[in-house]
Amino acid sequence: MAIDKRITSASEAMQGIKDGATIMLSGFGGSGFANTLITALRDLGLRDLTVVANSATHPLAKTQILIEAKQVRKVICSAARGRGKDLSAFEEQWKAGTIELEVLPQGTFAERIRAGGAGIPAFYTPSGAGTDLANGKEIRRFNGRDYVLETAIEADLTLIRGDIGDRFGNLTFRGSQANFGPAMATAAKLVIAEVFTAQEAPIAPDRVMLPGVFVDHVLAVGSR
Amino acid sequence: MKKLNRQQMAWRAAQDLQEGMLVNLGLGMPVACSQYVPHGREIVFQSENGIIGAGPLAGKNAADPDLVDAGSRQITVAVGGVVIDSVASFAMIRGGHIDVTLLGAFEVAANGDLANWDSRIPDKGPLVGGAMDLAASAKAVWVIMEHTTRKGGPRLLDTCTLPLTAPTCVKRVYTDLAVLSVGPDGFTVHEIIPGMSQAELQAVTGAKLTFAPDCGVIKAPDLADEE
Repeated sequence: MAIDKRITSASEAMQGIKDGATIMLSGFGGSGFANTLITALRDLGLRDLTVVANSATHPLAKTQILIEAKQVRKVICSAARGRGKDLSAFEEQWKAGTIELEVLPQGTFAERIRAGGAGIPAFYTPSGAGTDLANGKEIRRFNGRDYVLETAIEADLTLIRGDIGDRFGNLTFRGSQANFGPAMATAAKLVIAEVFTAQEAPIAPDRVMLPGVFVDHVLAVGSR
Repeated sequence: MKKLNRQQMAWRAAQDLQEGMLVNLGLGMPVACSQYVPHGREIVFQSENGIIGAGPLAGKNAADPDLVDAGSRQITVAVGGVVIDSVASFAMIRGGHIDVTLLGAFEVAANGDLANWDSRIPDKGPLVGGAMDLAASAKAVWVIMEHTTRKGGPRLLDTCTLPLTAPTCVKRVYTDLAVLSVGPDGFTVHEIIPGMSQAELQAVTGAKLTFAPDCGVIKAPDLADEE
């Protein structure tokens, strides 16, 4: 039995995910969104999800279809403002009080995920000290400067987007596709990557950008 | 007396970027600075989604949706550029490796407090992005913003009225009327637009101004005001 993480059905791979799950979604600015996998997740019809994604409102991310389907109870992000004058699906539900929001400095967002995957329960950061986002959080002074205590984030499922995958789950990213993906892959119990192409042959060791040990399943979607 | 337009403000700030600096440009006016760096001066532009060495916007033929900057714009990577992930990018930012971050703002206070993330638009969701990390940890925070609000109210104040992005971080401010520094004594004016008096500038500023002994006139080229 050889290791082969390549799959043909996304929904089959997500069968163990239940209502109330915490789900990390990679992507930034149109690059690295696992939109095929997010659509498959939506079709499972789960409820009360906590979504960990940098933006709750990016027009090119399918994150919004989970929100539109009222499957999301809480969003943890750094950006939650829709672009247009009209309110986005997220903003409508936030205004109505039906969705919870935890907004973070983007670096804190990234580092809390990294900490989750690296066995660090909490850390102090200068970002956000002296602002409203530090309200209710522990502040500690080091070398004459205030730092905010932030805790790790872990998830039940991470969905990321890469470029090339191999049967070991090793991945490469193209352009600025990596963004939050590598960190999110370390911080969840189940990690699924969608890629342009999934090959049997291993990617050269010094070209792998995310080791396959952090990836459970690879789905080829055939487009860039 | 003619105010600087947005391109001229970006031009003026860009003149102060020095060879070899690692510089992060915020959304809006700051990103326009990259096109006005004096010819032959090499600056490394960092974009917080993981680009070190962001190049000009990609033309139609070169545009790649997988290669974007922090403003979701399809860009190119400059010669010598590198792409990293968000964790490494923000470690770089928090670690104090960014020489200058140029940010837009709503308000700046005389003690250097910066307010640029929450303008309290009813019902619109918050947008923090990387501003708090950049403002807290860049070696220098420079702001580009209009000197007054659309209604004519001051943006340079004794105390910010809007939620802070970071306390006591701003070192310089480039407005459509003046170039200022922020120090222990508050705002010091270094340049004013031609034809404006010190008293006129003070009248549209919400904090006491000090005028540098060598306070001069802003000399900006004619630039069309377009993005």
